Formats: sequence, C-alpha cells, structure tokens
Amino acid sequence: MKDMFEETIERVLTDLVTPELIAAAEEGAWPQALWQAIEENGLAVAATPEAQGGVGGSWHDAFVLVRAAGRHAAPVPLAETLLVNWLLGLAGLDAAPGTATFATATGSMDQGRFSGTLNEVPWGRSAGHILAASGGESPMLVLLPCSDATISEALNTAREPRDTLVFDAVEPLASAPFPTGLPTDALLLGGAMIRSAQIAGGLARLLDTAIDYANQRTQFGRPIGKFQVIQHQLAQLAEQTAISAAAAETAFAASEQAPDSLTIAAAKAVASEASGQGAAIAHAVLGAIGFTYEHSLHFTTRRLWSWRSEFGSHTHWSQQIGSTLCEGGSRNLWPILTSA
Amino acid sequence: MRLTDFAHAHIPAEAEAFRAEIRAFLEREMQDIPPVVRADSWMGYDAEFSRKLGAARLIGITMPKRYGGREAGAFARYVVSEELLAAGAPVSAHWIADRQSAPLLLRYGSDTQRERYIPGIVRGETYVCIGMSEPNAGSDLAAIGTRATPAGEGWVLNGRKIWTTNAHRSHYMIALVRTQDRAENRHGGMSQFLIDLKAPGVTVRPIRDLSGGEHFNEVFFDDVALDRDALVGVEGNGWQQVMAELAFERSGPERFLSSMALFHTLVDAVGPKPDALQAFQIGRIAAKLIALRAMSLSVTAQLDAGEDPAWAASCVKDIGTALEQELPEIAQLLTAIEPRVESGSDHAQVLAYLTQLAPSFSLRGGTREILRGILARGLGVR
Repeated sequence: MKDMFEETIERVLTDLVTPELIAAAEEGAWPQALWQAIEENGLAVAATPEAQGGVGGSWHDAFVLVRAAGRHAAPVPLAETLLVNWLLGLAGLDAAPGTATFATATGSMDQGRFSGTLNEVPWGRSAGHILAASGGESPMLVLLPCSDATISEALNTAREPRDTLVFDAVEPLASAPFPTGLPTDALLLGGAMIRSAQIAGGLARLLDTAIDYANQRTQFGRPIGKFQVIQHQLAQLAEQTAISAAAAETAFAASEQAPDSLTIAAAKAVASEASGQGAAIAHAVLGAIGFTYEHSLHFTTRRLWSWRSEFGSHTHWSQQIGSTLCEGGSRNLWPILTSA
Repeated sequence: MRLTDFAHAHIPAEAEAFRAEIRAFLEREMQDIPPVVRADSWMGYDAEFSRKLGAARLIGITMPKRYGGREAGAFARYVVSEELLAAGAPVSAHWIADRQSAPLLLRYGSDTQRERYIPGIVRGETYVCIGMSEPNAGSDLAAIGTRATPAGEGWVLNGRKIWTTNAHRSHYMIALVRTQDRAENRHGGMSQFLIDLKAPGVTVRPIRDLSGGEHFNEVFFDDVALDRDALVGVEGNGWQQVMAELAFERSGPERFLSSMALFHTLVDAVGPKPDALQAFQIGRIAAKLIALRAMSLSVTAQLDAGEDPAWAASCVKDIGTALEQELPEIAQLLTAIEPRVESGSDHAQVLAYLTQLAPSFSLRGGTREILRGILARGLGVR
C-alpha cells in the first residue's frame, strides 16, 4: 500500500502546496482546499483499521505519508492527525472526524471529565480534536473537542501553531484505557516519530533544491556544482538525508504494534542532529538568494529548526539511549543494539 | 525511489536463527581474549580461531554445499559477520577471502578455480589478500602499472603492490593488474589474477604502521610465472569485476563496527550512572549505529537481489567510518582515563590502540574524498 500512498500524496501535495499557500498559512489562513483533498483521498486515516473508519494501511505504510508532509512543508496537521487516528485505532476507538492533534502533557479525569493544561500543542487552534492522556494509576486516552479549551497561541520558527490548551472539566468525545503494551509516554514517542519522518522529508527537499541550484548557478565560468567543495557538501547533505530516512522508517516499522522506544529515540536523535547540519549546507550552497523570503528554501529550513527540538531534542533522545546502555553495561550493549 | 531512499529490510527468521549459533561459538571461543586484542577487530589474526570457525561451518555460509558451504542467504551472512565484529573476534586471516574472494570466484571463476580454492576458504585454512594500490596508484586506481604479459601458455607478472592487508599471512593474492596499455578507455585493459604468494619471484615485505603493528605490506613481482588458470574472469574485464566487489566491501558492518571494542570498554568505564554528557554522547553513537545497521541491511537486500547499490554502499562507508573515527575522539572526552600502551586498564589500552588505528578507517577500501566524489556523481553534479 506504501507505493499507492506515496503516489497519491505526492500528487495532492505537489498540486496544492505552493509557496503562496504556505506563506498565507504563516499569516494565519487555513488551507481548506488542501485539507479537503487530503480527506477525500483518505490520507488522514490511512493507518487506521477499516472497522474504525480508516483505510486499513499499516503504520509502516504511513511513513511515506508523514515524510511527504515534511517534504512539501504542508501547512496542515496531517502527520498529527495520522498519528492520532492510528493510536485511536490501537485503543479500539473510531478515527477522529476532521483534523486532530495531540498533547504530551497529561491531565486528570474526575467523574468522567478531563481537566489539564496541555502546552506545546501543534495546530491547537486549527485542529478539531485533541488526543491526550490522563495520568494516574490507570491512565486513559481521551479525545476532546479543541473548541472546549481556552487557547493561548504561540508559533514556532516556521510560524506553525504551537498552542496551549486548557481544559476545565470537559467531557471527552471518546475515551479508553491505555491498551496493553502501549507505553505511558506513547504520545511523546509518537510525536518524536512523526517529526523524525518529517525531518527526513524536509532534508530530501533541501537536497533537491541545492542540487538544482548547484547545476544552474554559474560562477567563475561554470556551474558551482562542478566545484569539488560544493560536491562534497552536497554528498554530506545526501548522507544526512539518507540516514535520517532510514532511521525514521526503522522506527515506523518497529512500531507496528505500539511506539517502539529504542528505534524512535534513535530516529529522532539522528534526524535532529541532521536538521541543523543539513540546513546549514543548503544555505551555504544557495548563498544570499536562499536567505530571502522570496525563495522558498526557508519554508523547509525554518521547519527543521523547530522540528528538531519538538517532542524531544537530539540531547533528550540520545540521553535516553545512553542511560539505558550504561545501566545495562557492556554485556548488554550489543544485544540491545541488535534488538532494534 | 530516490537515491537517498534505503528500502527498509528486515532480517528474516531463518537468518536470525544463525545468531544463537554464532553467539554460542563466541561465548566458548572468546572467553580468554582480552579487550585490547578484540580492539584489532577484523585486523586481528588468529589462524587457530579461523580454523575453529571453519570447522563450526561458520565461514562461507552462502557458498554451495559442494564446496562446504551452507547455501545460506545474504542476511544469514550478515548476522554472522556482525556478531563476529561486535565481539571483536580475530577474523582477519579468513575475512577477506570469505567476504570477497570466495564470492568473486563463485561468480567469475572457472570450475577448476572454484574447486581448488573455495573449499579451503570455507574451512578457514586458505587466506587471500587483495592487491589493488600501487606506489603511484592509490585513489587513482586506474593508474596501476603492474603488468601481466602473455608468455607461452600463461603470463609473466612484473610490478608491485602496496598497502596490501595481510599479504604476509596469506596464501594467495587476487590482484588487479594491467594486461594492456592504458587505453583511451581508462578503465579498460585490466584483469584480475590469482597469484600464489609462494611462487618464485614474489617478495612480501611487511610495512610497520604507526602503532608498531604489521598489517599491511609491499609485494614485489619479478618475472613471476602465472599459468593460464591464474586469470580470474574475463581478460580486460578486471575493472568491472573489482567494482562489483566493492559494493560488498563498502557496505558491510565492518564499516561501522571497527571501534566496537572501545564502545564496550567505554560503557563500563563510565558505569551504570552516566552524567548528562556521557549519556548524551554514548546514546548519540548508539543512535547512529542503529541507523547505519538499517542502511547496511538495506544494501544487503539490494546486493542479494542482484542490484548494484554502489551509491548506497559508498554512503554507508562514509557515514560509518566517520562514526568509527569519532568514537575514540568522544571516548577521550568522557572520562579522565588517559590512553596507555602495554599496561593500564582495559579501557586505557583499547583507547590508545583505536585512537592510533582510527586514521586508517577512512583510507582503507576507498578514501572519504573518493566516496564523496562517487556520491556527488550519483547526485548529478559531477
């Protein structure tokens, strides 16, 4: 199903996600036609079982969708909605109608009502529903209407909404106990997983843009791509793209039953490190034109500069792995690495 | 698919089944081998170990049964290889013959050559080195001048090879040599020969490396008589044959696991409660190892499917060797332990050894600069 997904999303996003559309979204416009096309093609529920209103693709298949969302800098919560609908499916709940987002902060349930301050929520102001977890001894997954929250708005470097939603005794649209095997930090892991795939997509876009530019821009009588110093920088950008994509796909593949801590930590650590290095190379190759608002390079680099920090930085996820390995000692080092 | 997409590959269950077998072997045979010896990784020579591994039928496992192999798949070979490397097993005696020479002979060799050489390789008794570089042909491999001239039924070989790993311990060399002048087609006129290193006219001189060890050599050929059957594959097709081998050589786990012995001692030197920097750096290395392993497995699947993943293999090697080289740099940052030779803690000795060995990681098998040139060409800018 992966090939079909990739073909469909490439067609939809190539047609609709123009620089003008992204720029308008940065000013607060909601790209309704784009979201409608995504829904009509079933992309938002691609990895949700048919019985729960989805297309029935695997989570591994969804990797190409999330990566494409990153490659095109699609200014909609597609990755977030996919994740939410997949997790709802794991919990035996129906897919959320329309757009959805999620929170890594937990709230509390009291007599069937949810209260909590959910910060750093992607697309909080635009999404229809939010998936959150209640803490405590028997944690629940709850799906809440965003319209029932008090919202304080904030933006990341790419002017994507990262809002705080406060819920005060709100009745969820749906709720279920955490399914067996789903880690309690599943929402953080899920967030890190989708960002790592989006970063891989963003890096692929930077690589395409930098190669085109290097072949067209002439200085000293030849295309700058003919200079070895540029070639080697592009080779390194390609390496960063490749390793990020491989790490992200490994995380998706390992997470079919539930988010897999080790491979997700590795994917987000690798992709976050690659983001800064990749963006720096692309800007070096494109020179001054790439620093203008007019050129669309920044739609990708400004996303990478935020995505690398969101849902755990390079440092956060590296330390998770490092602590586990040190605790296990050298004897368990290789068995842990080969369990990935 | 884009060039930078490494199709996800999963180790199949029948290949994964080899892991328990090789781990049991290593548990038994590696217990007396200290960390500083393990640090030699696939440069560590131990003929007895290779013979035992061969007797356990863990060399040449992809080879046909009639040659002593197990007709296992590429992933099974991958599992066995990565387990040997992770343990720091002293595999250098047979490593290159197993990795490159036996597959080369199976693909291009005559029936006589296969029957004569592959069974010994599979038993862990026949060692083969690869003769590529020459004093005036390093990164510019097509500039080689060692020449085989037709003489009677066979050839006469003259010239010399340099930086040949293990020539002083190998029985044979498979060398890329010229059979015609350098033509307009700069990759034509070269052929591969299998040379008996005990033959008259062959002189092997070990070259001491900066750590005092002897791994590589200079090999002189003075009127060495080669019979007709010394030619491997097709005369004039040597360059293409060598390039096909390189994808195997460049994408395997030995391109990112060479410093595993240090990763092991580092984790123990840091202990179970790492500080923030230690946890960060150790986790950072591990994250890249996990990603590289996924990439390397993807290339394995492509090779197994008969594809030519030269670009992907170069990508794995460049990222992998950078990581292997970074490990000693990071290890010396994370603890107060100073590097030591001959005495000192295991970690101090492994740190000293791998710090000195690390520069070679991005030289052997194609330099970083050559690899990036290959990557750039694939990207369409060269």
